[in-house]
Amino acid sequence: MIRITGLSHQFGRREVIHGIDLEIRNGEIFTLIGPSGSGKTTLLRLINLLDRPTKGSITFDGMLTDGHENERRSIRRSMAMVFQKPAVLNTSVEQNVSFGLEFRRVPRDQIQMRVASALEMVGLSNFSRRKAVTLSGGEMQRVAIARALVLNPEVLLLDEPTANLDPLSTEIIEDLIVKINRDKKTTVIIATHDMSQGQRLANRMGVMMSGQLVQVGNLIEIFYHPVNRAIAVFVGIDPIRESVVESNDNNLATIAVRDVRIQAVTNISPGQQVTLCIRPEEVTLSLPDTCPTTSSARNCLPGTITHLLPYGPFTRVKVDCGVSITALITRQSSDDLHLSPGKQVMATIKATAVHVIPDR
Amino acid sequence: MVELLEIIDGIIQAFQLIVSLDPELLQVTELSLFISLSATIISTLIAIPFGGLIHFREFRGKRVLITIIQTLYSVPTVIIGLVVYLLISRSGPFGVLELLFSPVGMIIGQTVLILPIMTGLTISALSGVDRNIRETLVSLGATEFQNITQIILEARFAILGGIILGFGRAISEVGVAMMIGGNIRGETRVLTTSIALETGMGNFGLSIALGIILLLIALVVVLIMNFITSGALTESDRVRGGPQA
Repeated sequence: MIRITGLSHQFGRREVIHGIDLEIRNGEIFTLIGPSGSGKTTLLRLINLLDRPTKGSITFDGMLTDGHENERRSIRRSMAMVFQKPAVLNTSVEQNVSFGLEFRRVPRDQIQMRVASALEMVGLSNFSRRKAVTLSGGEMQRVAIARALVLNPEVLLLDEPTANLDPLSTEIIEDLIVKINRDKKTTVIIATHDMSQGQRLANRMGVMMSGQLVQVGNLIEIFYHPVNRAIAVFVGIDPIRESVVESNDNNLATIAVRDVRIQAVTNISPGQQVTLCIRPEEVTLSLPDTCPTTSSARNCLPGTITHLLPYGPFTRVKVDCGVSITALITRQSSDDLHLSPGKQVMATIKATAVHVIPDR
Repeated sequence: MVELLEIIDGIIQAFQLIVSLDPELLQVTELSLFISLSATIISTLIAIPFGGLIHFREFRGKRVLITIIQTLYSVPTVIIGLVVYLLISRSGPFGVLELLFSPVGMIIGQTVLILPIMTGLTISALSGVDRNIRETLVSLGATEFQNITQIILEARFAILGGIILGFGRAISEVGVAMMIGGNIRGETRVLTTSIALETGMGNFGLSIALGIILLLIALVVVLIMNFITSGALTESDRVRGGPQA
């Protein structure tokens, strides 16, 4: 549906995005994740045809978008974008939501009905006659979302749509996005730095880092099999570096990390320098000498807890097993095991949970 | 020396003239309002599109042009009077139109006088609109015309301020009215030129009455402006609504 080829964009001399190739499929929810300043907003703006790229092309259903402004506008009118910092005009909430429809010359009576139902969807029905400039940040964000939804767009572009919202409003908006995608088959592209949001909403995600799209895939691929160390760190893994594949027997490899041996499922040949990625929630902690029966596909590493870090209802536990392993366990089980720094524990990891990235 | 008694006498006479709706006083006031309002309306019709054009288009010398316009804010009224006089006097390029010493000539003069300040204030009003608003409108599918219209509407209160300032400068100026109008009784005599004349002739009562009327006009204009702008702000206080979530 939307095909992006070799897309680069410069602001002055600074190249903010570089060589992006991406295909967005009809009716999917695609999330762009990445740290702030990685070029997500720039990419969304280019897709919304607000800026013209320095290099590369974007096509919609095979239609090129580098034509005259009038052509670009008619393509743009099949989309709607919600900006990260919503701007409202100094008039009523209702009027703010009507603009897009008025620009498209939709009849008055239809505008009224559609605006009313869009405001209801975002929970702002009582606000329709309020001055939009007097609203709070979160309310303005919801006006911006209503203003986009009212257009019934084929493609909905959302730039950090819930950055200003409280958890309850965030949930309402996320449910709304999923509902619209399901009921109206709207293609949704969301830029977010909130990985868990990406996880909740997306069919597919793309990871952007310093202007490049470094990995595109489904949740499992991105969260369990990051293609490089930077992505691993971004998705919440503490990568283990300076490791070498020692032997590989039928894709069950033994990997040497200093004095420790870790087993992993991979086809990488012996001798290769690698980085290991283990998702903290795949690490099980138990008290010493209670290691489950040692099987070949299981790593059981004794170690000492170095520190505990509260993480919402979870605790991130760093264990020094000769190599630093991070485990994410519930606070309850942390209390049950009486975990504290200096305590001896066993860290158990399935060989299939160890993702191996070859170093270049 | 003007005696204090004469001034007090003048003030009493002024109130008598106003209360009795003196026909000459009314005629002068009406003409003043007609000429200055016409000049303000014509100037508005030129200043908004012209200011919009300067703001929305990028071209060479834009900064220089804006600086020239801003300099002309404080051009002396007699200089405008002189320039327009030379243009419309019998031997001037527009002499055949016979506009000198006519209300139409005065309207032209005042229009030229207040055009720079109204254009300049339109430009600053439009520059005051958040850049994100322009982008939001583009993203919502606005054509260039729809976009510019909305941004002008967004800047409406600031533009209105400029219009009122322009009207204030037009109704209170003497130079153009005197040089182009000629202060002909019953034809081109306006509030300011009357004050100048009557004071010279020692008719302080009439002068003070005219002065009070000028101030009253200023007061009405300020009240109207405050009503429009504050009405826009307090609406949010009157319409109450609570968040549903």
